[in-house]
Amino acid sequence: MRDYLPHLQIDTDLVRKILVSFLRQEIERTGLERAVVGASGGVDSSLSCFLCAQALGPEKVLAVLMPYRTSSPDSLADAQEVVRLTGVNSLTVEITSMVDPFLERFPEADQRRRGNVMARARMIVLYDQSAARGGIVVGTGNKTEILLGYTTLYGDAACGLNPLGDLYKNQVRQLARAVGVPDRILAKAPSADLWRGQTDEGELGFSYDEVDQLLYLLVDERFSPSECVEAGFDRGFVDTVVERIRQSQFKRVPAPIAKLSNRTIGYDFLYLRDWGT
Amino acid sequence: MATESRNARGIAQGNSRWYHGPVRLRIALAQISTSLGNVAGNLKKHIELARKARRQGAELILFPELSLTGYVLQDLASTVACRPVADDPVFSALLHESMKIDMVVGFVEEDCRNRFYISGAYLSRGQVLHVHRKVYLPTYGLFDEGRFFAWGDQIRAFDTRFGRMGMLICEDFWHASPPYLLWLDGADVLLFLSSSPGRGLHQKGVLESAGWVEQVNQSYASLFTSFVAHINKVGFEDGLNFWGGSTVFDPNGHRLVCAPFHEESLTLADLDLNQLHRTRARLPLLRDERTELVLRELQRVLAQSGRTNNIR
Repeated sequence: MRDYLPHLQIDTDLVRKILVSFLRQEIERTGLERAVVGASGGVDSSLSCFLCAQALGPEKVLAVLMPYRTSSPDSLADAQEVVRLTGVNSLTVEITSMVDPFLERFPEADQRRRGNVMARARMIVLYDQSAARGGIVVGTGNKTEILLGYTTLYGDAACGLNPLGDLYKNQVRQLARAVGVPDRILAKAPSADLWRGQTDEGELGFSYDEVDQLLYLLVDERFSPSECVEAGFDRGFVDTVVERIRQSQFKRVPAPIAKLSNRTIGYDFLYLRDWGT
Repeated sequence: MATESRNARGIAQGNSRWYHGPVRLRIALAQISTSLGNVAGNLKKHIELARKARRQGAELILFPELSLTGYVLQDLASTVACRPVADDPVFSALLHESMKIDMVVGFVEEDCRNRFYISGAYLSRGQVLHVHRKVYLPTYGLFDEGRFFAWGDQIRAFDTRFGRMGMLICEDFWHASPPYLLWLDGADVLLFLSSSPGRGLHQKGVLESAGWVEQVNQSYASLFTSFVAHINKVGFEDGLNFWGGSTVFDPNGHRLVCAPFHEESLTLADLDLNQLHRTRARLPLLRDERTELVLRELQRVLAQSGRTNNIR
């Protein structure tokens, strides 16, 4: 397979400048002054914390650490290290007491359901802090996981602004390294940490570097699946990824509204969110 | 003949200059962020910057595409439209300001038949000298202009107190023909207005779209031995970034100024208009341009069905 990783290289100074300005200006336009970030100790949320601290000043950023009883202690320690390095405010809210009573009602729930409940419990905590502190929830989802649908709708996908959603995981890592996210966080296997031993790459069945290169060709370069195979990707891998993208489209768009009137939200009632600001 | 009066550019003979217009022009590039749909707020910014530019000796200030309204207007388009006439409240204020400094502003124009255009106006000494309606409306990728706006259908150069100029808006100069037509119509200074969303990641220090625009502007300056001033906006509209990096190139294709990327600025460029004389003495591309040949071949091409896909 040809090596497409060089095509994913970014100018980290330029991207940082754009994303920091994006956070500063777009938060200001909402009329809010603060940011609320769920800090998991992973690369994505650590990077979001660093960018928010640069954009607003650390005193205006709240990192919320939300461990569950099965979460890895290392995750909490890594998140605390990011809090220390960035100087942002922090709050630890264990979600065990929210999640367990709920799951007791549904003991048959499989790992997927349990993971979704945890992700949505964290969303409730973040949005409550958003209301309590006048801060916007800044997302941590990257382009790879959004395209693969490797995310919980109304859970970790829920946010008011997303600075990382147009960066593949490989590019997130480049930027994270450049802004000072610790090596320890960069080196560990990415994980949603929803159950013991879970890793993203184990669950997905392929590595981020592999899938980032394929997504780059499919999405950015508009290669057909056959052209991706000609470029050296395994046919089964290509088909799996193409199907994942298609099947997860529902996570990337607002729920369709049934059109009845002459002017319908989403179809012909069209305004940016920045309308009037 | 109109072409002679309009093109009274400095032709120096020996040391005596017998052309009567100014030799130098200080242009201010007002690289601003706009408030989406807030015409009053944007107008205030225009007036403040025009005054600041005047204090700094500028004689012409350029604002970006849709500088009075913001770019991604969608359903706001019809609600922010105005008419470039003296009794329009927005233009009344701008025309008053233009008594002291020439201004180029971007706005939504509503015509007498209630069609809406992306337009640019050149204002000077209380008069609207020229209005350009964007002729190429990008409706692909992230762009949706053709859905909300009418297509302009004229590309005309116009006379100013600094010589003959031409104005284009963003996608207009992504096509080679509009700058070419302005050149043939006598424009020696090309004014390009953009609200260009930044896109394309690579390692080169600027976004791909920014690199592309700078490259073509430099090429137009070189190919047409003319000045090319490009003003772009900055800031964000939802997730879109506008990259700034406004430039002026001289008739040799040399970059005179480049405004900062992604930051608001008021950047001054001093144009030595006699550079046109010196460059064209060395490189007579305009003299040698075979316009009849172009027309003949273009007519032949257009007569062949299937050769071009857009006869409009």
